[in-house]
Amino acid sequence: MSLSEQQVSQIAYLARLSLSGDELKDNTQDLNAILGLAEQLGAINTDGIEPMAHPLHMTQRLRADVITEVDQSEVFQSIAPNTGNKHYLVPTVIE
Amino acid sequence: MSIHTKTIAQLSQGLKDKEFSSVEITQHYLDRINKSDLNAFITVTDELAMQQAQAADDKIASGNGGILTGIPYAHKDIFCTKGVKTSAGSKMLDNFISPYDATVSHNLNQADLVMLGKANMDEFAMGSSNENSFYGEVKNPWNKNKIPGGSSGGSAAAVAGGLSCFATGTDTGGSIRQPASLCGITGLKPTYGRISRYGMIAYASSLDQAGPMTKTAEDAAIVLNAMAGFDEKDSTSAEQDVPDYTANLNDSIKGLTIGLPKEFFSEGLDDAVATEVMNAVKEFESMGATVKEISLPNSAYAIPTYYIVAPCECSSNLSRLDGVRYGYRCNDPKDLEDLYLRSRSEGFGAEVKRRIMIGAYALSAGYYDAYYLKAQKTRHLISDDFKKAFKEVDVIMGPVSPTTAFDLGSVKDSVSMYLADIYTLSANLAGLPGMSIPAGFSNKLPVGLQLIGNYWSESKLLNIAHQFQQQTDWHTKTPEEG
Repeated sequence: MSLSEQQVSQIAYLARLSLSGDELKDNTQDLNAILGLAEQLGAINTDGIEPMAHPLHMTQRLRADVITEVDQSEVFQSIAPNTGNKHYLVPTVIE
Repeated sequence: MSIHTKTIAQLSQGLKDKEFSSVEITQHYLDRINKSDLNAFITVTDELAMQQAQAADDKIASGNGGILTGIPYAHKDIFCTKGVKTSAGSKMLDNFISPYDATVSHNLNQADLVMLGKANMDEFAMGSSNENSFYGEVKNPWNKNKIPGGSSGGSAAAVAGGLSCFATGTDTGGSIRQPASLCGITGLKPTYGRISRYGMIAYASSLDQAGPMTKTAEDAAIVLNAMAGFDEKDSTSAEQDVPDYTANLNDSIKGLTIGLPKEFFSEGLDDAVATEVMNAVKEFESMGATVKEISLPNSAYAIPTYYIVAPCECSSNLSRLDGVRYGYRCNDPKDLEDLYLRSRSEGFGAEVKRRIMIGAYALSAGYYDAYYLKAQKTRHLISDDFKKAFKEVDVIMGPVSPTTAFDLGSVKDSVSMYLADIYTLSANLAGLPGMSIPAGFSNKLPVGLQLIGNYWSESKLLNIAHQFQQQTDWHTKTPEEG
């Protein structure tokens, strides 16, 4: 199976990336080569094998339900592209 | 012997004996960095370094210095450092002054170290040649036409080129071991979970692990002592006691059983690299170790497994970079979608975009089972191969990289670059500790020997590496002064 430029363009959009003409052509070639590599996995019998999500098979550690964070909004917002009234500002979404 | 060829252990002794001060050695390194053309650093923190060096000298004078007090190092630019630019090698974070310290940065500050600067790296740690950095390629100190390896290429070049006494690195698929091998230094990737990932910019969270890049195994043990430990801020940090990693360095390795995976010595391995690796193994035999051939039958699938699992995790991790809260934002976005699309498209480099797209595709409805779930299952098989092997042997040895450092710009397509990671990926997929130690040269370029140990066997690996370094002098070689 091979991805078309149109499909790659759609994948890029899903990942919130946009590709220019040349980029789209190159990425279509690259993505197909990488997925070609991944096709090798089809040769392995994995019937009954549990998927491994974590190397140590750990379970999520829980902590006491107490507030540990202090308000650092000023510090964090000092490096934001655009803020106002303690909010992060983006172009208007709803008029 | 010059300052910049001394190990941590030697510098520490010299500081204690008042042979030199931390201010003097820090200035020496800063002068060398200023004259260097390796491009090993993204940011040089000279003022901060001199302040830290002065504070370290005061501490030593008051008799309260520790073994790392006043030692200058290079910090990979993937670790958040409060008040200092932390770029991860990306345009996306070119303007990111971290508001907090990573736990590793905090631990190293607590040890009174002197940070010379932030080391260059492949963008978001995605790369094997350090050619993917927004800040330009790093040169190999042994031959400036060659790559230093990646992604911790700046760290490796800084240590090998005498620009810092040691460096920090991170290893998701070989990013400590491979550059250590290609630059002729010692690099340790500990067991997954050994060192906190808090504040270490995430690439693939189930694979990422930090570690020391040093001149010797003894130095790696000293630095690991400071880096390792449980951290409640990292939900995958291991609640495992931290031993003194220097305690067993001098143990005898007589009776050690070394496993050589036959799959690591097959097609694709450069003959000269194979010869150097086998010479190192023979050295171990002469030291009383026995060698056994083993098989890791699924290791050939490490490449496709890794290049599905890691991109999936990266596509999720890097979704946070959207131009809203920090990092790069495009000029004059016309609406919110345009802001996302252009900030990310202009902020990320080509390789990062490729991996994000592979991940987005492999995780999407209809393809999840065929790619991501399948890769997680083969990951299990790869991990089980090691479990079987470690019932028979104490340590696994082999090459780190199929070749020595290749020419800058010579590998043009992604898949060829990925194939060079064949020997390092499996340890990350299984979560096992691995090391690279200098083991010889081919065409005046360093060759590394890889050691892979069982879970939590860092002490044993460091002991094995240290014993080798007592018998050989590969680790003392430095590139000719230019």
